[in-house]
Amino acid sequence: MEKKIENRDELSQEKMNIVIVGHVDHGKSTVVGRLLADTGSLPEGKLEKIKADCERNAKPFEYAFLIDALKDEQSQGITIDSARVFFQSQQRRYILIDAPGHIEFLKNMVTGASRAEAAVLVIDAAEGIRENSRRHGYLLSLLGITKVVVAVNKMDLVGWRQEVFGAIEREYRAFLEQVRLRPAGFIPISGREGDNIAARSGQMGWYQGPPLLAALDAFHKEPPPVALPFRMPVQDVYKFTQMGDNRRIIAGTVAQGQIHPGDEVVFYPSGKRTRIKQMEVFSAPRPQAAQAGMASGFTMGEEIYVQRGEMATKAGEPRPKVAARLRVSLFWLGKEPMVMKKDYLVKLGTARSKARIEEIHRVLDASTLEGEIRDRIDRHAAAEVTLVLDKPLAFDLSHQGRETARFVVVDNYEITGGGIVLEDLPDRGGWVRESVIARNYRWEPSLIGPETRAEQYNQHAALVLITGRQHTGKKRLAKALEQRLFSTGKIVYYLGIGSVVHGLDADLKAHPPVANARAEHIRRLAEIAHILMDAGVILIVTAVELTREDLEVFRTVVNFEKTEVIWVGEESTDIPMDLVVPGGEFQEESLQESMGLLQEHGIIFKP
Amino acid sequence: MNHLDELESISVHILREAYANFKNLGMLWSIGKDSTVMLWLARKAFFGHVPFPLIHVDTHFKIPEMIAYRDRLTREWRLNMVVGENTEALAAKQTFPDGGVDRLACCKLLKTQALKDTLSGSRPRMRFNHLTHRYEPDTLTDPFTGIIAGVRADEEGSRSKERYFSPRDRSNEWHVGEQPPEFWSQYKTDFAPGTHLRIHPLLDWTELNIWEYIQRENIPTVSLYYNQGDGKRYRSLGCYPCTTPIDSNARTAEEIIEELRGGKLSHVAERSGRAQDKDGGGLESLRKEGYM
Repeated sequence: MEKKIENRDELSQEKMNIVIVGHVDHGKSTVVGRLLADTGSLPEGKLEKIKADCERNAKPFEYAFLIDALKDEQSQGITIDSARVFFQSQQRRYILIDAPGHIEFLKNMVTGASRAEAAVLVIDAAEGIRENSRRHGYLLSLLGITKVVVAVNKMDLVGWRQEVFGAIEREYRAFLEQVRLRPAGFIPISGREGDNIAARSGQMGWYQGPPLLAALDAFHKEPPPVALPFRMPVQDVYKFTQMGDNRRIIAGTVAQGQIHPGDEVVFYPSGKRTRIKQMEVFSAPRPQAAQAGMASGFTMGEEIYVQRGEMATKAGEPRPKVAARLRVSLFWLGKEPMVMKKDYLVKLGTARSKARIEEIHRVLDASTLEGEIRDRIDRHAAAEVTLVLDKPLAFDLSHQGRETARFVVVDNYEITGGGIVLEDLPDRGGWVRESVIARNYRWEPSLIGPETRAEQYNQHAALVLITGRQHTGKKRLAKALEQRLFSTGKIVYYLGIGSVVHGLDADLKAHPPVANARAEHIRRLAEIAHILMDAGVILIVTAVELTREDLEVFRTVVNFEKTEVIWVGEESTDIPMDLVVPGGEFQEESLQESMGLLQEHGIIFKP
Repeated sequence: MNHLDELESISVHILREAYANFKNLGMLWSIGKDSTVMLWLARKAFFGHVPFPLIHVDTHFKIPEMIAYRDRLTREWRLNMVVGENTEALAAKQTFPDGGVDRLACCKLLKTQALKDTLSGSRPRMRFNHLTHRYEPDTLTDPFTGIIAGVRADEEGSRSKERYFSPRDRSNEWHVGEQPPEFWSQYKTDFAPGTHLRIHPLLDWTELNIWEYIQRENIPTVSLYYNQGDGKRYRSLGCYPCTTPIDSNARTAEEIIEELRGGKLSHVAERSGRAQDKDGGGLESLRKEGYM
């Protein structure tokens, strides 16, 4: 039975990550142990040592002990985490991830399975389909793993009977159909006896298909998605000035597609565009392309200001969706249920935004898959919900892109859920956003970059919104702040909303008055702010009772550049504030606090 | 892309995520082959720069070539080099070579404790001054909140359970059963005050991959890894009283790759020359308390 592959690394260097999932005690670790032993992938003496240990402790030997390397695990008798085990067939190198079936450790199963290209789902022939058999089937589908083989294990316990195998296959195939998962095959095996693992079983002549190892070898490795539209979430923009380096490099890992020097790139959600000057690399020949899977970097033809969180795309290819309301499908791993009216953090690509549930459409109890209307999502359940984000993100839909449709949810510092975007939904800021994307796309960049300006002016361009109820002293504070900044050499300008309403916005005052004039006043004021900020100015604006919705318009139009909100007097709207100062008589202390805020947020620098 | 390109890309991605998310980030550099490959990957990630400090815990029992090599690369690559040590334990001769304590206790004092204190800033750190070419007391005492370490999953059982971004609690402890989920290239980058994260860009690399990459990239490595004519070389480097070389004729990275591919070492653990792994609770209990 045992065959040794002596020259294992001269074989193909192709590598495939495989995950083994299924209900607890259905024999996943045994299957892995048997695969390792039967392909000669174990260190010398390991098998003998564990056999001897078992004998000493009067425990029956199990192949599972081979990979249960950690002591706590063996004392509890369950695998705690997805151990990675390396193993080699004649076909390729495998990294076997032994995912545990105990429900407490579903987060570990997700961790293991998400790295897998293919999965083996193990079902105990004697016990039949159990809760986690179904749950893992559903999660594989949501995780996007399509190469699945189902191993019906412990056939020795049911007398190698075909009808037991057939019944499980029929029932489970029907279940997987509901979650749109079509396995490559069902294989009757015995991990303990080694039947249909590496070699064909002599016990089950009625089974005509391949043994497990051959079924794995038959999977074709998915090539990187080079043919899809180019997508690269921006990880960072680097400018390391040490040793005379003056390159400004956009860095990120290409999620899909490819790009070449000279190509025009458009960044979303902002819509800003530039041309790729050249690819950058350390200690290697300069590459002529960046393509799916590559950690890349490039310099820009026209210097524009982009940040981490934007997604680089290629002009002329289908553009990604940009939205702040999404219909998603997600699974929840948090100890606390996911609930309405609570702020969560969503991370998609390199972007992040606060998010709340607007509506829960249905909750799937992953063990039965019966859709129910509920107001919360319990641990280990899956659901379809509408999420509302604090700021728009760029993404693809789950049927169009893979990586760029996926997000995780963070609650209390921990990743507690994951999901895929099914649909982008309209939101109230949508038209403003589209106008900004169009404006950014047509924007003529200056030869002087924002960083150069910031350096020369010794300040960071910013918008300071001073708001509050009427007659609370907003203008006095604004003018005093302008004067204080000016006297310290800052490039600063104060603009009251009234100064705009009667001039630039005169058309909105016409008779009959334009509908929804307030929103348009805000948008135009924000466009002025954008121009002045592009010029490097600190702009101070006063307006009465700005709301969260108004702030969203400002932030969208100024491309989420530094925007500070100072509230004067008694609070009366839902706008998030950076500073609250008392209303009434002008106080030097309020001015000091405002100056402190600008220092703290890096707009002006401490003397 | 071949398998080394793929490994390189994943590691570079992880390093860039770490740099984007952690203000006080540092990279542990043990001077060994793995963390030197990791240092090279940082130069790949940041286009020739290493924008965070390298941290080395000096036990004073390192093989002298290792320290000379560390300081040479520090100068040549203009590294921001920070060194820490457990001065009290060394002065009190609470070490295994001095006969004060056993091997495991020695590791805990000179490595685990020294590392914890160096990371938290509770013990003075020394920083290399590129003008004077000397180590000088570091004026920065902020704790590091992100520590990049070069552990590999295939090295040993407990390391195979690690995450790319692995949380440590206030007392530096690792809770194997409580690890966060990690999927879709999204990592734990948010953390409660007082806790920190260990970041493991090399988790997917094997010993063979490391040598293939050293050869391909022509990465300078310390001479102790190669047979100098006595038919012996170190496969894993540590303190000289607790590290023994293996029999080998490999004089170059290419010959080491040949040796590994030939299967001569495939049934011997890579860290078999490291004596502390065999005493008491071994590497796993060391790691739970904060060892690399």
